[in-house]
Order: sequence, then structure tokens, then C-alpha cells
Amino acid sequence: MKRGSLIIAAAALVCAGGAAGTANAGAESQDPIKLTLHDWTGQLLTTNIMGEILGKAGYNIEYVQADYIAQFAGLKTGDLHVAMEMWETTGRDAMDEATATGKVVNLGETGMQAIEEWWYPSYMKEVCPGLPDWRALNDCAEEFATPETAPKGRYLGGPVTWGGFDDERVEALEMDFEVVHAGTDAALFAELESAYQRKAPVLLWVYAPHWAPAKFDGEWVEFPPYSAECYNDPSAGINPDLAYDCGKPRGPIWKVAWAGLEGKWPGAYAAIKAFNISNDEMGAMVAAVDLEGSALDDVVAEWMATNEARWQSWIAP
Amino acid sequence: MSRLIAILTREGRWFWPVLFAATWLVSTYGRDAARALDARWLVKYPAAWRLPLKGEISTAMDWLVEEANFGLFTFRELTRGISWLIEIPYDFARSALIEGFERGQGSNAVEIAPSLSWIAVIVAVVAMGHYARNWRLAALVGGCFAYLVIFGQWDSAMVTLASVLIAVPIGAAGGLLLGIAAYRWPLFDRILLPVLDLMQTVPVFAYLVPILFLFGFNAVAALVATIIYAMPPMIRMTTLALRTVPDEIREFGVMTGCSRRQLIWKVLVPSAAPGLMVGVNQVIMLTLNMVIIASMIGAGGLGYDVLTSLRRLDIGTALEAGIAIVVMAIALDRLSQAFAERARTEMHDPALSAGWIRRHRWLSTVVAVAAATTLAGLLVPAVQTYPEPMMITTGPFWSDLVRYINVNFFDQFEAFKTFLLWYFLLPVKRFLGGVPWTWGIGVMTLVGWRFGGWRLALLTGGLSLFIAVNGLWPKAMITVYLCGVSVVIASAIGIPLGVLSASNERANRIVGAFIDTLQTLPSFVYLIPVVMLFRVGDFAAMIAVVLYALAPAVRYAAHGVRNIDPQMIEAGIVSGCTRWQLLRRIKLPLAMPEILLGLNQTIMLALSMLVITALVGTRGLGQEVYIALTKADSGRGIIAGLSVAFIAIIADRILSASARHARARLGLE
Repeated sequence: MKRGSLIIAAAALVCAGGAAGTANAGAESQDPIKLTLHDWTGQLLTTNIMGEILGKAGYNIEYVQADYIAQFAGLKTGDLHVAMEMWETTGRDAMDEATATGKVVNLGETGMQAIEEWWYPSYMKEVCPGLPDWRALNDCAEEFATPETAPKGRYLGGPVTWGGFDDERVEALEMDFEVVHAGTDAALFAELESAYQRKAPVLLWVYAPHWAPAKFDGEWVEFPPYSAECYNDPSAGINPDLAYDCGKPRGPIWKVAWAGLEGKWPGAYAAIKAFNISNDEMGAMVAAVDLEGSALDDVVAEWMATNEARWQSWIAP
Repeated sequence: MSRLIAILTREGRWFWPVLFAATWLVSTYGRDAARALDARWLVKYPAAWRLPLKGEISTAMDWLVEEANFGLFTFRELTRGISWLIEIPYDFARSALIEGFERGQGSNAVEIAPSLSWIAVIVAVVAMGHYARNWRLAALVGGCFAYLVIFGQWDSAMVTLASVLIAVPIGAAGGLLLGIAAYRWPLFDRILLPVLDLMQTVPVFAYLVPILFLFGFNAVAALVATIIYAMPPMIRMTTLALRTVPDEIREFGVMTGCSRRQLIWKVLVPSAAPGLMVGVNQVIMLTLNMVIIASMIGAGGLGYDVLTSLRRLDIGTALEAGIAIVVMAIALDRLSQAFAERARTEMHDPALSAGWIRRHRWLSTVVAVAAATTLAGLLVPAVQTYPEPMMITTGPFWSDLVRYINVNFFDQFEAFKTFLLWYFLLPVKRFLGGVPWTWGIGVMTLVGWRFGGWRLALLTGGLSLFIAVNGLWPKAMITVYLCGVSVVIASAIGIPLGVLSASNERANRIVGAFIDTLQTLPSFVYLIPVVMLFRVGDFAAMIAVVLYALAPAVRYAAHGVRNIDPQMIEAGIVSGCTRWQLLRRIKLPLAMPEILLGLNQTIMLALSMLVITALVGTRGLGQEVYIALTKADSGRGIIAGLSVAFIAIIADRILSASARHARARLGLE
């Protein structure tokens, strides 16, 4: 439904542009540029904003639903053209593998930084006053325990496919916690929602930009700051014998595209490369859609209206 | 040792207790013993012995996609050609149902003709309902589609309907042709059987990646995956239906001088029509089962709505979209069954001599309504698209309900869960997890030999060896544990329910509706509330598996009890059995072959669900398949998928063999 109305909206915009008779001049080819849509709101927003901008520049665009990692199959062959969000933290391996073939190119950062770290709701500060310092967690591990993990605390990590080295971190920092992996993002936040409703103890992996940190009141645990040496060199950091004795890295969210994009639509290539948006802007938009219930199209239209000068410069020849 | 085994197996009574006791000993002390003997390979399959099959499959896949060439065209051009062929009718169906006909591509497209209005579609299904049976069916089907409109699911539902309209005829026609071929050429049948087993048991996730490579990144790839998944029952039903056509009819055909082709198409296929329609029905159901997974790779529709709402934890919206799938399944199921019955009792219509319009009352009504609403839709948009303010939603109610249960009853749930975990799940997990691969393969071979002689022993031993040499033994044992525990619980709930519904018509109806809903409601919809109440882990996964796998346990048990010869029961009553004795001494033993078949199906469904439960964090083979999918690693996915299939095949063969034994013992065969 969303997709249908989006296409209609986009078509209307392009028609309006065509009537003005100027905007269409920029497009090198009227074949549709295919942008992939995934199943989280932030990505839908990024992609739709990019689509709108390309539409204003006279390009023909088409949205295609695709799986986050499996889409590389399509990007390599040119079935798909642009993927607007590839997170350093979760998509790095697949992206490197794809760019190594030479058929997929990295179009640089979106400007958003992925944050991911251990997180707890604010009410946990009352039972565990030392937070957000990670050392406090050991003192109140039992507060976080469940029958299966007692006496150790329970930490709900992301799906195994996200990586994150939490098992290693627990060992290196000698924390009295057991890592339980959720299978998907939905399961992860289902537990948070459940615990938050009951004001029950919970400690889990939360990432941003996402609606959860906006909806739930809480904080990230402060680990020793991340450094590359800490991950690669066991002797660095607090624990002289083990690596991963620090927090998680924060990484950019990348844009990737089919390698043929530059040759076929050089203008679109430049515009996508120039696209840049901040965490705060995105956080506010995600909250507007997921928490306040605004329509995605309206939020996109509002961004387009208030940032006209910005995106005009991206598509300027 | 071998003499010991020989004695044990001849002495039937002692076989199981001794085998179990020995396995328990090995499971508990095997690890220490192996360490003491300094032979760790006995318990842990050495990494150096692993076959590099994963890599080879990936390489073969790459070759197939990039290089395979038939001279005139490459393999990929072939698959892309097929994809193009499927895409034409699919685009047409989508345009007709929801998107409208457009010229041009992407956002440049210009609408040249609108789609059918919601009124026209509803009138069409009502007409089909009345044509196929009566007004009652028409009202039911119309009501189902009205739900879609009123609850705002129309757009997505029509996208899903479009894929059903394409996948079902292809699946049914393909299944029919393959089934006929298997009927005609026994050799083909023998080759096809294992392929069918694999098609039904390899989790869809395992072959999604190769399909995306070959068929391109669009809804057609999702359709292809759906067809592969939904076709096997049609093939099986076709061969079965053709074989059970009475000999008299076949001989009659031969006597009247039919050619082989005429015999099949003019005599056998029409006589087998009822059986064939059961197959078509299955294809429809399985197609709707796939909508969630298909939506992950670009099919859109209701499945996509379920996924996105769950990511927002909007349980109410996800449930409404899920119910929309159920409602559509109900409508299509009843319609196809009615058409099947009509095909059987084709009657002569008294209106046959009347004019065209009277003979085709319904067709002309539908055409008239479609034309009128299309024209009216140009003036009044509400006729074309159901107006948004008139939609209703119960979403907040469901979210509040889950919150209420969560806040007020979580502790009770937690206590129940802890009890089951400590006294049932964890001991089983420890027991199975401790079984070393060497012993496990031995046991599987022995069990196979006991039930089916050396042939079955070779099969079960070989298949379990395959799992071990690919280094998947520990993961397979976790899968067996989770699946086994769920099957035990599902049977404990399902078989009594089945017995109850066999003897009580009202219970039958309620239970039937309940399990039908559970089977067509996408499991993801109830998986998330279950996680909220039971936390991520084995227990939540087990509940989801039990809910999904309950249906065959109930159905087959009911079927078995209903099919008992009434004379047997009367004999029991006459000889003064109490109700309990009647059940325990007569009904259950006589229904045992069916119950075993039901158990077989329960295991199949439980295994197919394990890949889904990987989404809430279970380990084991399901997770392996899922990881392979997210890493787009075809080789790894296929190997893990095959391992799941092999577990299913081992279970299937052993259970079928024991069902045969049971039937022979009861003198039913």
C-alpha cells in the first residue's frame, strides 16, 4: 500500500516537473533507476528522500523490496541499482565481498553514524546506582539475572549475524553476564517492550538511529572507549591477555550502488554521492513515523520542503 | 559385540530399553571416556576430516550463474527467460487487481486504464461462490473479502492475490504433468520420489539465494520459490489419484479403443478429478503459507505488512494483516473445494436453452458491475478505492491485550516456563547433546536395520554420516532436541484433541477451526507476542513450533479413530469394556497406524518451523540456514538445508516402516 501510493506520488511529481519543462533535461537515460527498500523505517525514509530528489532531477525511479544482504546478488548483476543504507556494523562483510568483485561500488557515507552498545532503561539506575559505568554492572549482575542464567546476569545480544563480539567482551572484561542472542531485530525489541511495560530489569543491545531510544527512556553503558588496537591487539586495554576489552566501534552508514550506475546515469551518481543527512534529522523523522504515526510520505515531503537549498546543490550540474 | 547385537535385536522386548540405557551411559560418560582413552575424535568430529562440500557447492553455483552455457544460450539466459515468461501474466494480474495498467517504466509510467474497483472484485468472488455452490458460500466468500476492505488490507491483499493467481495455476499444472509422467513411467517415479522429499523438507531459506541469482531480483524469484515449495503435494496427489481410479473404468477405456494419450486425458484424469482438486487445494494453502518468506525477497503484499509492523512492534497491525492472510486462505480454500465438488456432480442446467445472458447470468453481472464501477470511479473515487475514513482497526486493542497479560501474568508464565525447562527441556538437551557422532550414527543404523532391514540401515546410517562429515553434528543434535521436545508436547496435546473431535461433532468443528487458523496464520505473527511473554530462547521457540505442528497430530488421530470398523467397537461394548478400556484397548491400538502417520507429519512441520524459530534466537541447523541466507552463502545454506531434510527423511522412513509393522501386526493389511 505504502509502495503504491509512493509511486503515484513520485509519478505526480515527475509529471509536474515535466510540465515545467526544465527538470527533465538533466536525465541521461529514462530507464528506471531501481532503489531497494528494506523493512525498517529509517531506510525507507532515506531511500524515499533520495528517490524524490532524483525525481526532481528528472530521473525515472522505481522502488524494489529486497532483503538487506541478499540484495547484493541483484546489485552485482545490475537488476538493482542503489541501496541507500549499508551499515558498517552489520553489512561490512557482505559489502566488502561485493565491492571486491568490482561490480558494486561504495558511494561513501550517508552522514549518519551507527551507534550500537549495551543499553538499559533509566529505571535500572535505581537498583544499580553505579551505571552507566560498566564496572557497576558486575555489582548488580544478579539484578539482571533470570532463572536460566542465575547467578549471572542476562544480556540480550543481537542476532549472531550482527557480530559484535559480545561473548568475547564478557570474557575479556570478566563480567558476570551470560550472552543470549536474539534471532531478529523484532525479537530483540519485543523483549525490551515487554520488560519496559513491567519495569522489569533488562540489559540489551540497542542501536541508533532507531525508534527504540526515542520511545524508551534509557542510556548506553559506558565501556572503555573503542580503539582498533583494543580489538586487534590482546595486550592493549584493561585486560592484558585478551582483545575486545572495550566498547563497540561506531561506524558510518554507507551508500552502495551497481558499478554501472556512473556510466549510465552520471548525474544521479553524483547526486547519490552527495547525499548527506545527520543522525538527529533521521532520529526525528523515524520517531515521527513510528511513534507519532505520521505518514511516511508526509514526513518525506516536509523534509524536501525545508531542505530545498541543500538537495538542490546535490543535483546541480 | 555383534553377537550381543544379534541377540538383542532378536529379543524384541529388550531392544529399546537396552539401546536407551546404553545411549544414556554413552551420553553421560562418553566425553570423559574419550578423554581417558585420548581419542577425542570419538566424540568430536575433527575439523580436518570435514568434506569441503560447502565451498564446492558455492563454486558450482557461481559456475552455473556466471558461465554455464548450452551453446546457443547460457543457463542464466534460460532462467531469465523463464522469469520473463512468468512476469507477463503476473504484471497483468497485478495491474488488473490493484495497480492499474500503465505505460512506461518506474515513475515515468502513465496510467492508461484503472484497475478493477474493490466493488467489482467483491462481486466477482460472490458470483464465483454462488456459481460453485450456493448463496451461503457466496456470503462467506464475500464476507472474507469485505474484511479485507474494511480493515484497510485491500491493496496488500490484492498484491498477494495476484501472486496466488499466478503461482497456483503454474504449480498445479506443473504438478499434474509431473504426476502423470510419474504414473506412466515407473523409472521416472523412482527418480522423482527423493526429489519430492527434498523439495518438501529443505527449508526455503536454503535455496533463496541461488534463486535470486538465477531469476533476478524481483517478485518472480519469490514466485519461483513459492512454486517449488507448493508443487510436491500436487505431484503426489496426482499419482495417487490416477492409481486409485477403479480398474473397471481403466479397462472400459481400453476396451473402447482409446489411445494412451486419450486414456490418460479423457478417461483417467477426469475420473481422478476429486483427488486432483485436493492437490490444488494443498497448492493454494502452501502458497499462502509462503507469503511471509516471499515478501522478504520482494513479493510485497500482506507478508510485507506483517514484517514491517512487527519491526515496529505494532502487534495489532501485524495481527490484522496476518488474519487477512487467514481470511483469504479460507475464501480460496472453500471456493476451490466447492469447484471440486461441482466438477464431480456436474448437472444439467434447466436454463441451458435460454439466451446467452441468462445462461451466463453471473458472468454478465460481473462484467456489467466492473464496467459501471470503473466509469463511476472516475467521478467518485470512493467507488474505485475504499475511502480511508471508513476503515476500522482493532490494532490498539491487541497491543493493549498483550500488555495487560504481560504486566499481570508474567510471573505465572515465568514459573511455568522454569518448571518445564528444568524438568523436561534441559535434561533432554543435555542427553542428546552428549551423544557423540560415532555412537549416534551407529544407533541410527541399528534402528534402521531393525525396522527395514539392511536397506533402511544403509540409508539412515548414510544420511547421518553426511551430517557428521560436514561438521554439523552438534547443531543437528540441537535441532533434534528442539524438534523432539516440541513433537512430544504437540502429540500430548494433539492426539487427545483428535480423539475427542472424532467422537464429538461440536468439538470437531471448534478444534478444526482452531487448528486451521493456526496453520495459515503466519507464525511470525504469534512468535513476537510469545517472545514478549516468554523471552528469547528455546522455550519461546518451542511454543511456536508446538502451535504450528499441532494440526496433523489432531487430524490424523481423529481420522484414525473415525475409520475404525464399528463392529470392533461394538464387540468391545458387548464384552463389557468401560469407556476407558474401550479407548485404551481398542480405539488407540487400532488407530495407531494413522497416529504414527500424523506423528510423521508433525515432525515434518516442526522441522520446517525450526528455520523460522531461528528468527527468535534458537541455535541448531535452522540458525545455520538463516546465517547462510544473511551472508548470501549458497553452499553453506544448501548443506545445512540438506541436513535438515535428511533428519526429516530419516524420521519419515523409520516411522513409515514402523507404521507398516503396526498395520501388519493388527492384521489390517
